Amino acid sequence: MSAVFEQIFQVGFLAAIIRIATPLAFATLGEMFSERAGVLNLGIEGIMLLCAMTGFTATSVSGSLWLGVLVAVLTGMLMGALHALFTVVLGLSQHVCGIGVTLFSSGLAYFLYRLIFGQQSVPPSIKGFQTVPIPLLSDIPVLGPAVFNQFTLVYIAILAIPLAAFVLYRTPWGLSVRMVGENPRAADSAGVSVIATRFQAVILGGALMGLAGAFLSMAQFNAFTFGVVSGRGWVAIALVVFGRWDPWRSAGAALLFAFVDALQLRMQASGLGHIPYEAFLMLPFIFTIVAMAVMSRNAVAPSALLKPFRREER
Amino acid sequence: MSAPLIEMRGITKSFGAVKANEAVDLSVAPGEILGLLGENGAGKTTLMNVLFGAYAPDAGEILIQGQPARITSSADALAAGIGMVHQHFHLAPRLTVLENLLIGIPGKSGRIDRAGGLARLAEISRQHGLTLDPNLPVSALSVGEQQRLEIVKALFRGARLLILDEPTAVLAPSEVDGLFSALRSMAAQGLGIIFISHKLNEVRALTHRCTVLRHGRVAGRVDDPANTTSAAMAELMCGHEIVPPARKPSTPGVEVLRLDGISTSKHSGTALRDVSLAVRAGEILGIAGVSGNGQRALAEVISGVRAPDAGRMTIAGQKVSRFSPREVQALGLGRIPEDRMTTGLVTNLPLADSMVLPRIGTAAFSAKGLLKPDAIRAFAEEQIKAYDIRCPGPMTRAGALSGGNLQKALLARELAFDPKVLIVSQPTRGLDIGAARFIHEQFLAMRAKGCGIIVIGEDLEELLVLCDRIAVMYEGRIAGTLDSADASVGRLGLLMTGAEGHG
Repeated sequence: MSAVFEQIFQVGFLAAIIRIATPLAFATLGEMFSERAGVLNLGIEGIMLLCAMTGFTATSVSGSLWLGVLVAVLTGMLMGALHALFTVVLGLSQHVCGIGVTLFSSGLAYFLYRLIFGQQSVPPSIKGFQTVPIPLLSDIPVLGPAVFNQFTLVYIAILAIPLAAFVLYRTPWGLSVRMVGENPRAADSAGVSVIATRFQAVILGGALMGLAGAFLSMAQFNAFTFGVVSGRGWVAIALVVFGRWDPWRSAGAALLFAFVDALQLRMQASGLGHIPYEAFLMLPFIFTIVAMAVMSRNAVAPSALLKPFRREER
Repeated sequence: MSAPLIEMRGITKSFGAVKANEAVDLSVAPGEILGLLGENGAGKTTLMNVLFGAYAPDAGEILIQGQPARITSSADALAAGIGMVHQHFHLAPRLTVLENLLIGIPGKSGRIDRAGGLARLAEISRQHGLTLDPNLPVSALSVGEQQRLEIVKALFRGARLLILDEPTAVLAPSEVDGLFSALRSMAAQGLGIIFISHKLNEVRALTHRCTVLRHGRVAGRVDDPANTTSAAMAELMCGHEIVPPARKPSTPGVEVLRLDGISTSKHSGTALRDVSLAVRAGEILGIAGVSGNGQRALAEVISGVRAPDAGRMTIAGQKVSRFSPREVQALGLGRIPEDRMTTGLVTNLPLADSMVLPRIGTAAFSAKGLLKPDAIRAFAEEQIKAYDIRCPGPMTRAGALSGGNLQKALLARELAFDPKVLIVSQPTRGLDIGAARFIHEQFLAMRAKGCGIIVIGEDLEELLVLCDRIAVMYEGRIAGTLDSADASVGRLGLLMTGAEGHG
């Protein structure tokens, strides 16, 4: 048994947690911004898939990884704008529109991918992001190689967490976002445009979802497959609740989920062979359900979540 | 008097065929408190929404310090120095006092300007005696403090004209005094104030001048409210004389409702602690108290919505055992809940459905598990006629009715079944004088017929006119019960704040 533990708890394991957590952190922060402004974005799963596809395509055509990231982010913003158009401007059901956006984005991703790459026996791949060790910091024992010898996108995710907290809690725009998610009428009567603020928050959320998608197809897998997202978007929605709509807690939730996921991967590989691997695959999701059931008892969602704002209504 | 701070000239605003405002003139001078009076639907709120930029007027102009101004959004109104305290507060409960103040205020080098906000708050607090803890979440504030925050919010944005839409509706008498002195201090410092109300005694006590609206037009102006009788102002508002209903002496009969040592757990809101009371046939018992002192729990227990942890309750001598709405109703209890829209009826269903909802399972409205639509419709039509409920018909969406008509519908649905006891919460909240008058008459008629009535209310004047006895609730207990002949607003007010023990 101790051999199993040794195999699990090592530098590679820590590094794997960070890597698994990165797209979840982007996606969770993105969903959090949207929900803090009062807009549930169930389009996240499809948006991530479409962004993974457009980013991958842009890179494989142009050869530039950062151009790919940019395209993915712009795709995310565009899809965020689409969702905001339906739910914020037209005030339609956030559930229905979100699922619609996911179905549309997924379908579009499959369609465009087939159109561009055709059916190939070996799926095309790109030379994705390489790890970039940070001088000095990467020399710290254990933590150094695990955290500071990663892809640039990982560093961006790490920086995005305090930045998101700063924007949300310390800037006037962040206050507006929180206000339109709690009591849009109050924001409106204070001269803040509810529609504009929500629109911006959903688009910012879409951009972050774009980064999540880009990470999957351009750093983690270096290829686009139809299963590249495989439920990570849905998990992010749960993690936002788990993280109580707070950037720090949400990122922590992503890290915790990543820990369980990395653990089950190791357990699959570690020769606990008589247990079917599907049992391990279930672990992170069981963890999510249990954590949600426990944590969401005290979680209080933004008061105006799911509620469209129409000025003339009482 | 100095030049007007704000002047509205010939404001006309129509919604479809309905003229909500027609050629309304109104002006407020610096340092002046103007009362804006009118019944519901007289156009007060529309007029203020025009001034605050929520509606664009069809005709007329607004002048600010003599200069024509275009106000098309609340941002414009704020920039023009107009602040509004809405009847329903525009606050985010989970954000702090300071955050609620700073919303929409540009930051300093990209950040929220906390230091500047704190300094400004301290200054306003000092000037007008409006103190608030900046770091508390709004949910921790009392209703009076939330209102204070709304006023501070307007001043924070540099308002020179403050509009208050029925500000006293939510306050206890002692809080009203505090509000009035703050408003007087603001006026003394040159602010203009528009005070919307239909409580005439308050208007007479506070305002310098009044404009009275009726059916969207200016029905009259009162230059000296303090020396004008309430009756004269009421006549301006309604267009005809209003005589308060006379409560004839009655001899209460047998006990129809009795509560003995009722206590509840703190499930939602204030818990009840050892509450005992009794209502006899032909008697109206008032329950006074600042909102949030257990009135809701009391209403819920009596209506059978919530079972108490301890104590017993009898209706017409029979013990209530299961505490379900159906059981207490079968024993003869009728109820008119506090919130017409949420617990009273189903706003998206036809009025007729809401009117039979509490008795939907009885033989009158269903048989063999199927509804009897004709009987339901006939019942609703009958009540609509009997109580003069103004609506296009029984199949109208209930939410489309005005407050007064909804209250009539709720009253009709209970009175049609001759309850032995009737419990009503805030029976005339938000209703105008005419509608309130009608509701009062119905209660007195029921009383004459031998029904025991409990009226839970915050309007002490109303309770004093209507009730035979008044019990005051404070922190979940009955702080005292007074015969209304011995009671006064002052004495009740003392009990309501817990200043006086069992009396």
